[in-house]
Amino acid sequence: MIRSLLLFITILLFNSFSIANLKVGLVLDKGGKDDKSFNSAAYEGAQKAAKDLKIELKYVEATDINALENLHRQFAQKKYDLVIGIGFAQTEAIKKVSKQFPQTHFALVDGELLAPNVRCLLFEEHQGSFLVGAIAALKSKSNKIGFIGGMDIPLIRRFSMGYVAGVKHVNPKAQIVENYIGVTGEAWTNPAKAKELALSQIASGVEVIFVAAGASGSGVFDAVEEKKKLAIGVDSNQNWMRPGFILTSMLKRVDLAVYKVIEDSLNNKFTSGVVRYGLNDKGVDYALDQHNDKILTADIRSKVDDIKKKIIDGKIQVPDYYKTSKK
Amino acid sequence: MKNSLIGFFIGLAVALSFTLFAGENPIHIGWILTKSAFGSPYDLGLTLYYTAGLIFTGLSVSVAFKAGLFNIGAEGQLLIGSLCATVAGLLFPNLPFPISVCVATLAAILGGGLWALFPAWLKIYRGSHEVIVTMMMNLIAAGLTSWVILKVIPNPDSQNPESALLSANYIFTNDPIKKILGDSPASWALVIALLCSFLVWYFFEKTKWGYQVQVTGANPFAADRAGQPTKKLQLISFFISGALAGGVALVEILGNSGQFKIGFSPDFGFIGIAVALMARNNPLGLVVSAFLMGALHKGASDLDFETTTITRDFSKIIQGTVILFISVQGYAWFKRKKGSK
Repeated sequence: MIRSLLLFITILLFNSFSIANLKVGLVLDKGGKDDKSFNSAAYEGAQKAAKDLKIELKYVEATDINALENLHRQFAQKKYDLVIGIGFAQTEAIKKVSKQFPQTHFALVDGELLAPNVRCLLFEEHQGSFLVGAIAALKSKSNKIGFIGGMDIPLIRRFSMGYVAGVKHVNPKAQIVENYIGVTGEAWTNPAKAKELALSQIASGVEVIFVAAGASGSGVFDAVEEKKKLAIGVDSNQNWMRPGFILTSMLKRVDLAVYKVIEDSLNNKFTSGVVRYGLNDKGVDYALDQHNDKILTADIRSKVDDIKKKIIDGKIQVPDYYKTSKK
Repeated sequence: MKNSLIGFFIGLAVALSFTLFAGENPIHIGWILTKSAFGSPYDLGLTLYYTAGLIFTGLSVSVAFKAGLFNIGAEGQLLIGSLCATVAGLLFPNLPFPISVCVATLAAILGGGLWALFPAWLKIYRGSHEVIVTMMMNLIAAGLTSWVILKVIPNPDSQNPESALLSANYIFTNDPIKKILGDSPASWALVIALLCSFLVWYFFEKTKWGYQVQVTGANPFAADRAGQPTKKLQLISFFISGALAGGVALVEILGNSGQFKIGFSPDFGFIGIAVALMARNNPLGLVVSAFLMGALHKGASDLDFETTTITRDFSKIIQGTVILFISVQGYAWFKRKKGSK
């Protein structure tokens, strides 16, 4: 009797101990927490978790690739329970550090890695891009649709390939103008160049531009406001940034995924392996709120929701750059 | 060198006192920076990794300086050098160990050197200013490397923007430096970097060619009148400058990751300018200044980690202030030298 009571008390103590003290470290990509896009989404998810679940959150922003390993190691050494890395660039760092600290849990967004204490959070960006491509084609009166990417890397190719397929699905005759902002990491933080590209696309007759370029996206929003055209945001819901000029945003719910992994860790339900977020679990989606419900008409919405359903049911196959590029 | 060290420490003191505005204790920040550089073998290793890279680019900038040229293109040259080393490694995966590394090193030297030769040729024979040309060629280099890495030699097992992995023959497996420094990014390349700074020092102080280059740099017209082959000397120095920048390939490709990851360089080429400036182009003093700048760069992420208010951006302020104070010292030194002539 006493024994079981003691056991009960220790379990209770242990539980309350672990609940009160879950320490979560968040390592953001070079873009930083204010990119209003990818990293912002992760940061918001973690902040929400910190508020709702009363965890201890600490975030850092990486200075360069080689600093990443250092940051993960620091978190692990300071006995953080869960360390979340945002962005594919952190794959190597987590691979190395997770081996040295098997007791620590890690989560990696956008990177694939098999280890017993790492959960990978991947998103089906091509599906979401397909949807916003369809929206762009439905809304645009001209046959020219624009795409602006940050750097010409496989991840962004995945966006563009899905987007192009979505446009062609609605309007097979449409022509897609595709531009990339730069060839160095600075491409993600160069709104001025993004604006120039958007202006030149608009001059050539483009009416809707999808921009997947992190913090550079704001330049495109400036351009469409100036010329009274439309843009499509990316990752976070960016509709609020220029209400009336942002048709919708391709949501990549990094915040949901980050929140979920924190919640799971808290409830001792952390599992390793790959978790994919797609249209069916709203991991990717298009954004609808009070800022765009006038421009994104009910007619377009019903058509897009129909397409969405078909993709989930497997009636429409969205081309995936990751699969087509592998020989 | 002594003056710029004073400049460095005044700059650091001023920058640290800025942290008062952010509600931090400057002494505490200074302590974090120190711990960040020396705290553990791994920390020291990461600092020395940056140091090695900065020694190469710092030497690159200073060799061009001595010949009277301003090489802003170290960033591009190190990219091309690293690309060439990677390509060489992927072309000949079966070369036995020491030869493989030599071949890759040679490729890096040639790549960086030839990339630098073009702006030098434009400068010397066509009169285009090397600052503009090298700066523009940095972007061309970035574009070219991205294209080759992503389209020609991408990593088949990953969607990350990086090249395929070099074969095991290119990796120094029992690297003693890596072992001592807690399996950090630092490697044998550090020894090569130190050797290079000694060689550059020897070249300028003890050889006839080195003297000729310095004379050319001090006054190209006088040197020309005195019968020096100034054009040839400037071309050679720019080649050496580019080749030294290519040495970063040893630090990163061969010594650390074994592959070319796009965006690996934390602006080695540009921080290298500050390193060279701080050392007054003295190849041996450069080792010290590279270490100090490396420690500052390494400290940036640790400050972000250890404090709540000193973010990555604040670290840029610290670095900027330090560079400003060094330059002021440098300017004063330059004026004094001119005055004494």
